[in-house]
Amino acid sequence: MNARPPIAMLAELTHRCPLSCPYCSNPIELARIDSELDTETWKRVFREAAEIGVLQLHLSGGEPASRRDLTELVAAAREAGLYTNLITSGIGLTERRLRELDEAGLDHIQLSLQGTDAAMADEIGGYRGGFDRKMQVAGWIKDIGFPLTLNAVMHRRNLHQLPRSIELAVEMGARRIEVATVQFHGWALKNRDTLMPTMEQARETDAIVTEARKRLKGVLVIDYVPADYHSDYPKRCMGGWATTGLNVTPDGEVLPCHAAQTIPHLQFDNVRDNHLRDIWYDGSAFNAYRGTDWMQEPCQSCDRKLKDFGGCRCQAMAIVGDAAATDPVCIKSPHHGALQVQADAHAHSDRKDLVHRTAPGKPIPEPAE
Amino acid sequence: MIAKEDIPFLPRGVRLHFDKVRDQWVLLAPERAVTLDQVGQAILSELDGIRSFGTITEDLASRYNAPAEEIAKDTGGFLGALLDRRFLELRQ
Ligand code: SF4
Ligand code: SF4
Repeated sequence: MNARPPIAMLAELTHRCPLSCPYCSNPIELARIDSELDTETWKRVFREAAEIGVLQLHLSGGEPASRRDLTELVAAAREAGLYTNLITSGIGLTERRLRELDEAGLDHIQLSLQGTDAAMADEIGGYRGGFDRKMQVAGWIKDIGFPLTLNAVMHRRNLHQLPRSIELAVEMGARRIEVATVQFHGWALKNRDTLMPTMEQARETDAIVTEARKRLKGVLVIDYVPADYHSDYPKRCMGGWATTGLNVTPDGEVLPCHAAQTIPHLQFDNVRDNHLRDIWYDGSAFNAYRGTDWMQEPCQSCDRKLKDFGGCRCQAMAIVGDAAATDPVCIKSPHHGALQVQADAHAHSDRKDLVHRTAPGKPIPEPAE
Repeated sequence: MIAKEDIPFLPRGVRLHFDKVRDQWVLLAPERAVTLDQVGQAILSELDGIRSFGTITEDLASRYNAPAEEIAKDTGGFLGALLDRRFLELRQ
């Protein structure tokens, strides 16, 4: 198979996190602390990543600040020649730690936002005092001068706070904001009744983003992930399966996308056993949906197939039960109509309760389906 | 629009990087890696945070033996796009 080198790697350093967002992208089965890769192994993985062409390293989790060796890992990644981006809720970062990260060469911080006031943010994050702490961390980030992206995760409960989220990004001195409508994988699937935006909300959000982009040109860059179930065409997931990026889980499994473990027949290689190069080019999970040969109809004969690569494999798995099927979000999918009806039902549910994610090693709550 | 007196510079978090694997120059920025052609790389390596846009384009014009106006227009377009994406900043 003719594959190009990867550009980006997401390193999920840990699944531990003080927050418990109900849409967390971590898997339902969280990796336990005693299975996490150690410092030296991560450092080797960073060097291997740089060797095979990775330019951007996203240090994520869980909460990456839960790792005591975070600063050491950042320094090692920089030394390997990688651009380092810290994806954090801010909880667990002190001013001193931020200054150490600065010295270690951290390039950029992406700070998540659960809501624009303590009432909303702390309910969604499931962590009292989290919002105030985050604002304090944002202040230190600004003082030190780290380039900042605010990552505002939006859903039915907080979409009315979007204009304020954008204002907040400007006040914090962020150069970018990601307006990310919740993607329904993992924990979010348990919360569709509470979090699914309505069609009206989705269209209003489109309008708010369009207006703000114009008004804030040159001040704030807005990246927008629109509501998936309310679109006619699917997203090009991960830039195309195994074309652009890879994910390493806390215990060293290498995934083509963060939700790939929901596809039961895939087998993943581990950085403990193989060089990243062999995993990227020859790993069975990477080759499973690389390119277009695996596609079924209607994707196979569709003129958009190199544009979106048939959408998201994990969504096809979750909703249609076949990971090689056309993403049911697509208007050409035979399941599109049913999905729209389902999305509408979720969006108009009266439910307001949240199933928060658990901590690694804790029992998994059952959603009331 | 970038004025002659403006001093363009790459802000923190945006840097030039030689990509050995692909054998090309890239501009690394938050969440982005922009592939640079020879012209882009030549322009960006001129930014030293000291010289103004006017001086830089005049230098480029004499080095490449090209009309200064044309160079200013092309360079301005290239840098203006980076400015909109917040990959570039100006000081007076
Ligand atoms: S989504 Fe929330 S719970 Fe999950 S890792 Fe991020 S901050 Fe933690
Ligand atoms: S049919 Fe497949 S390739 Fe065509 S637009 Fe839909 S998902 Fe994309």
